Amino acid sequence: MTTSTGPTVVGFPRRTPEEPLPLSQYASHREQNGLVLSHLPNGVPVWLVTRHEDVRAVLTHPKISANPDNEGFPNVGETMGVPKQDQIPGWFVGLDSPEHDRFRKVLIPEFTVRRVRELRPAIERTVDERIDAMLAAGDRADLIGDFALPVPSLVISSLLGVPPADRDFFESRTRTLVAIRTSTDEERATATRELLRYINRLIAIKEKWPGDDLISRLLATGQLTSVELSGVLLLLLIAGHETTANNIGLGVVTLLANPQWIGHERLVEELLRLHSVADMVALRVAVDDVEIAGRLIRKGEGIVPLLAAANHDTEVFGCPHAFDPERSERRHVAFGYGVHQCLGQNLVRVEMEIAYRKLFERIPTLELDVPPDGLAFKYDGILFGLHELPVRW
Amino acid sequence: MRVTVDRERCVGAGQCALNAPEVFDQDEDGIVTLLVREPEEADADGARAAGDLCPSGSITVHED
Ligand code: HEM
Repeated sequence: MTTSTGPTVVGFPRRTPEEPLPLSQYASHREQNGLVLSHLPNGVPVWLVTRHEDVRAVLTHPKISANPDNEGFPNVGETMGVPKQDQIPGWFVGLDSPEHDRFRKVLIPEFTVRRVRELRPAIERTVDERIDAMLAAGDRADLIGDFALPVPSLVISSLLGVPPADRDFFESRTRTLVAIRTSTDEERATATRELLRYINRLIAIKEKWPGDDLISRLLATGQLTSVELSGVLLLLLIAGHETTANNIGLGVVTLLANPQWIGHERLVEELLRLHSVADMVALRVAVDDVEIAGRLIRKGEGIVPLLAAANHDTEVFGCPHAFDPERSERRHVAFGYGVHQCLGQNLVRVEMEIAYRKLFERIPTLELDVPPDGLAFKYDGILFGLHELPVRW
Repeated sequence: MRVTVDRERCVGAGQCALNAPEVFDQDEDGIVTLLVREPEEADADGARAAGDLCPSGSITVHED
């Protein structure tokens, strides 16, 4: 049954210095009947979804699509240099089942819990090397630029089989993509092109001389064309870079303020929930008339499930704004839900766990080098995070 | 308690193998496999959590 009263119309969620993640706006939206209606920065109306239950319902509905080529798909503005679907055939986060599933199935074996466990020693080495470099350079660092950004990039490039000599090139280009404040649209487009060109060269090399790496194994399955494979690799590279970096950075801030929890086994899970850096990543559009939370959503209407809102829903998480690794409720949607739930999630968990453990073990006197109210949060990008994180020891 | 899995729906997120490794595993394709059909009391909470967390609805926990 649909609700008879019209939807409440609200402003599009805005991050501000007072509230770098707009949780109080979300709390008030959750009080409204059904879903709330808002307008994208470009003026197009769109549904905001803020309850845990409704976010899960949207992300599993067979008539709600993740394909940006569908009429009405929400355009939230900044695109992180990501090309359109028709230009990158392997960009499967933008495909629906069953087309999506073909790509996902080929990749799952590379990201299982067991597989990721095998990568631990390599990840530990990467983390240690970055800490060595910070310590060698003095008693201060920018933890984002010197640690949180390079670690995921180096980890993914070693997983893909990028030769060590090329990893700095790789890292610098992915960093340009992330630096929305300091890089231009054109620089980001150039970086994407350079990365794709490099990826294609790497594929050609692995075709001739296969190694023990993800690219060689994917080639061996014979399931993907080389054009599809390059799109898949670009997706792995982009999807896992800034997301992980933002989580590492915000997590360090939270742990410096709550040092009693350092080393707790459920730390990473709670940090993922609390910060929900991918709040506005899982955009959707209705491809038929559907009903969510008693509201009729018409074919072609855009939907914005807000993952941070769901993760701070008081119906599911008691005292949701508190950082409490001992809470018993585990159903956060920081990695989304449904068939697109993050493929890299097990890798991220291990990366974050190792990053925090090594940082606080090896630099026990680590502290902020800015007052807490001077932290440079991101207000303009899709992801929640910090531009810089000055620390000293 | 009885647990059933639908391997066709599975998207290999790995939440089950992570949260209830006594009950679930991922095969070499990364797809869910059941290690025990009727978990012991000690593993029941883990199995329930896996059912709650599974993003693709591949796990059903029957409380009979
Ligand atoms: C803390 C870090 C991360 C967060 C918060 C995160 C979050 C997400 C979210 C919310 C989605 C779902 C998007 C949607 O439904 O439209 C997603 C999908 C995805 N993520 Fe992540 N991610 C992270 C790290 C990674 C890493 C490290 C990788 C790869 C190595 C990765 C690869 C992917 C891929 C390939 C998808 C698409 C899966 C599909 O469509 O089936 N992510 N991620």
